Order: sequence, then C-alpha cells, then structure tokens
Amino acid sequence: MLAEKRRQYAAMNDQASKTRPTIPRPQGFSTRAIHAGARPDPTTGARAQPIYQTTSFVFEDSESAAAYFNLQEYGNTYSRIMNPTVAAFEERLANLEGGAGSVAFASGLAAQAALFVTILEPGDHVIASSALYGGTVTQLKHLFRKLSVELTFVNPDDINAWKAAAKPNTKAFFAETIGNPGGNVLDIEAVAAVAHEVGAPLIIDNTFATAFLCRPFEFGADVVVYSATKFIGGHGTSLGGAVVDKGNFNWSNGRFPVIANASPAYHGLKFHETFGTYGLLMKLRTETLRDLGAALSPFNAFLLALGVETLPLRMKQHVANAQQIADWLAKHPRVGRVSYPGLAASPYAPLVAKYLPKGPGAIFCFDLQGGREAGVRFIAALELFSHLANVGDAKSLVIHPATTTHRQLSDTELAAAGIGPGTIRLSIGLEDSGDLIADLEQALEASR
Amino acid sequence: MTLDLRPYQDTLKIRAALACQRIAVVGLSSNVLRASHFVGYYLLRHGFDVVPVNPREKEVFGRISYPDLASIPGGVDLVDVFREPSAVPGIATDAAKISAKAMWLQYDVISPEGIAIADAAGMNVIVDRCIKIEHARWFGRMHVLGFNTEVISAKRQRL
Repeated sequence: MLAEKRRQYAAMNDQASKTRPTIPRPQGFSTRAIHAGARPDPTTGARAQPIYQTTSFVFEDSESAAAYFNLQEYGNTYSRIMNPTVAAFEERLANLEGGAGSVAFASGLAAQAALFVTILEPGDHVIASSALYGGTVTQLKHLFRKLSVELTFVNPDDINAWKAAAKPNTKAFFAETIGNPGGNVLDIEAVAAVAHEVGAPLIIDNTFATAFLCRPFEFGADVVVYSATKFIGGHGTSLGGAVVDKGNFNWSNGRFPVIANASPAYHGLKFHETFGTYGLLMKLRTETLRDLGAALSPFNAFLLALGVETLPLRMKQHVANAQQIADWLAKHPRVGRVSYPGLAASPYAPLVAKYLPKGPGAIFCFDLQGGREAGVRFIAALELFSHLANVGDAKSLVIHPATTTHRQLSDTELAAAGIGPGTIRLSIGLEDSGDLIADLEQALEASR
Repeated sequence: MTLDLRPYQDTLKIRAALACQRIAVVGLSSNVLRASHFVGYYLLRHGFDVVPVNPREKEVFGRISYPDLASIPGGVDLVDVFREPSAVPGIATDAAKISAKAMWLQYDVISPEGIAIADAAGMNVIVDRCIKIEHARWFGRMHVLGFNTEVISAKRQRL
C-alpha cells in the first residue's frame, strides 16, 4: 500500500483516539431502535438513512479490492453480499436483539433456509416444534427431504418430547417464541438446556414477539430468525428476513465440521477459528448469501429500518388492543376457545409472565361456532379487518388458516398446530380497539 | 474464583490502547488463513507500525520477525498476543522490560498471572478482545457487514 495512504490512516487513528468517546452507558430500547446502525452519513450528512440503490461499489485501489474479497478488511463489494442501507437495518436488528450481528435476506423463509443450509449437512437431524407457521412446516419437510436431513416434529410444550427426540446426529432445535397460530409460548430456557446437552444450537423464530417483547438470547437461545415482513416493518409494505446470531455458540465442539473445518467454498478458510464470535455470520454472508442470492433490496431495508424506529410504540399498542379484544371474544357466546396466551385462564400464563411480561404479541386464534361455513360468513361480513395472508401490520388482519395458510397440512398436522375447521386467525392492528370490537361484533352476528 | 475481565474490556481503555503507533504482534503467522495474519494485515493497512514476533517466522508482510520482544530494536507501544495462555506471563515480563505501554490479549488468551504482571508494570491491559474488531468498531467500518458495533451516535461520521 502507498505510504501516503498509511500516513493518512495513521493521522485518522490519532485524531479519532482524541475525540470524546460515545457515551459508554447502555442505552434504552427505544433509543437504540432509532439510532442503532444509523450514524449520520459521512458524505452528505443526511440524517435519514440514505438508500444506496446500487449493485456495486467502486474500489479505492486493487489492494483494497483484494482485501475486501479476502475478508481482511470490512468493505462493500456487491449488493448481493452487502449494502450500506441493508447493513444499517442489520445492525439495528442485531443491536435490539442483543446479538453479535445479523444477515438480512429477501424474506423470512429465505433467512431460515439460508441458516439451515449453512449449518447442516446431509445425514444431520433437526428437531422442530410441531406448532409452527405452515410455510415453515412445508419448508422444513420438503427442503430437508431434498437435502437428506432428518426431521422430527415434537409437541413444543412437552420438554420430555424434545429430550426423547434427540439423537447423536441432532444438529439443531427449532421453535417459535409464540407459535403460529396456536399461541404456544415456548419454555425457551428449558429447550435451550436440552439442546446444549446434545451440543446443538437452539434456533428461535422471534417474529411474533420481536425483541421488544422477548429477547430469546437472554434465555439461552443461540440464533434468532425473523420474518421482518411482520411487526419489524410493521406496515405490510416490504418483504424481508434476517438471521441474528448471539455469537457465542461453540461451532468448534466437534459436531459442526461444516463451519469449523477448512471451507472449500472460501479457499480453505476456517470460519469459526478465524472470526470467532462472527464466524457463523461471516459464513452465512460470504458463502450462503453469496451463493443463494436471496439478498434484501436496499429500498426494503430502508422501509424495514424505518419501521423499527417506532417498534416500541407500535408493539405496546398492538398488545394493548389484542388483550382487550381477546378478553372480549372470550366472553362472547358465539366464540369457543380463544388462543391468546395473554388471557388470565391461558395454560401459558406462567410462561408469558417469564418470557413475555410486556404481553404475548397480537396474533391469535379463536374457534367460531358453526365450523367452516360460519367462518366463511364471518370473514365476508367484516368491514375493518382485511382478509389476507399476512400478520403484524398496522392494519387489523383476518384469515381462515384451514383453507389458506395451513392448507398444505394434513388434518393430523392441523390438529398438532392447534387449528380446527372453524378456527379464525386475527392479527390485531393499531386502530381504535372500540372500532375493531364493533366490527367483530357485527360479523359474529352475521356468521349465524 | 474466575477473574472479572470487565475492567480489561472498558471502552475508554480500549480506545486509549488503540491510540498507539507501534504494535508487536506476538505469534504472528505468515499463513494467510490464520487469525493473527488477518489482524496483522488489517493493522498494517490502517497505518500501524506492525512488528512481527515469532521465532518460527523469518519475515511476515516483508517485515523482520523477531524471536522475542527483547530483540526488537527501539521497543514498541503495544504488545498484541496470539499465543496460548501459558505463554502470557513470560510475554508480560518481557513487555514490561521493554517499557510497552499496553498489552492486548486476543480472544481466549486469558492468563490471570500474565495480567497481574502487566498490571503491576502499569500497562493498560485489554483481555479477551480482538484488536482488529475493536479498531473497526470505533474507527473503522465494522458496520458495513451488519455487525453490532454498539456505537450510538448522532454526530456526522468521518469518511
């Protein structure tokens, strides 16, 4: 490198070391939701996150280019692998979750698939909760079959079922903080202990809770995955997903040669030994994201990161509305079971108190009397709730899982996920709760 | 009782340690796939005067590799250690002899005895942290790969 460049860097080091350091006190969640990952742009001073809508980045010189590709220096090369707008979103998510870092993907399912492809090899075994989002169940069943990975579904509420399913080739435990749509609340600490006993990581899909309501890392989880499409973005505008790594799982425990050993896909690099805490994240980004190509677009990253700025405010309102509506539904004569774990009578009340003290999200189900036909009439009569296949929007949403999101599942699988023929799933938005209750009331009447 | 490492991971002490010019990297390997090589390369690129210390190497990055700290002409400001913990007390003693101002122990290089020696000599001691990551966090570009730098600032950043 040119001596001039070196002198320049040396002067910068000297100057930087003399400047007042950032306040070393740990800042609150709301402060970090707004500021993490988004230091004002050095070039323009833009205060909002600039959208770097570019495929690629011009190198300073050949040596810098080589250093970036060799992972010897942190730098931008190509937006399929990294992008400054996407990085701002990734850092914000990682910061709120308490992780070492994160890698964003084009969707939540892309993030999950990328994580599994990174840590698993043919012949490995995964234990997953049976109460998962239907799209995840389908992904695990069929993707794993094609990759020759064994899969066992267990009742997430039964800690002995997790223990009993463990085998010598078990390489991951997977569950949702709050099951979709059954509302199962996972005993994260207990399942993490079982996973660690066999030297496998516990991977948690935290989409329904978000880091505002629950931070699984604080209870022993190792990796968190997100569909950022839901509460993270919060407005139903943009698809996106992410893997957040806590950074302290020991991938060199002898059970993950795919991460610990020299990688043929990156000229013999040993990711865990070389990058330590950041080993999984580096491999996920520089190999899996590079090869699968499911990159998050800068524009989506901008919208998702903007959404996170109001995450604390929104989640408080989502939870408050959901609690009121669930309480009201539970007393309604035309309504059977209401699966909201925030109800006083919920079997999950002790787990909610431990893991979700600010409230168990805003997505839940209830059983309508009259089964399938009543369900169809109910949805047709709603005026404020939008009938669509998404959750975690500012707008209230409704769906009939048995005929839509969970359509690919057999009756047995449906029952295992806590879904009946008359089950209706609600995602409670940010409207006035009185208006939502009035809409539900007239639609329940119309469902007769 | 395990040693409380937090005093050796303090933000202000880390930033003070990084305000140096000449760094001896003990255990620096010429193998481009070793962590020490990544770190040495990065430090050199960012304007530090890197002095390789490794009896098994003749030269790294075209710079003479010294067998030990005592052999370095002119001394160094900071000693960065990539060795097994049992080697740290000897390195700390040598670092004190050449009046190094700081000793930096990389991830998992944890030696209470070595730390005590460096403390007694008045050195700024950083433990179980990576000098490359900390530099990139505070002054570099760690944020471009989505890592959690934990840096919160509303000040306009330097290019």
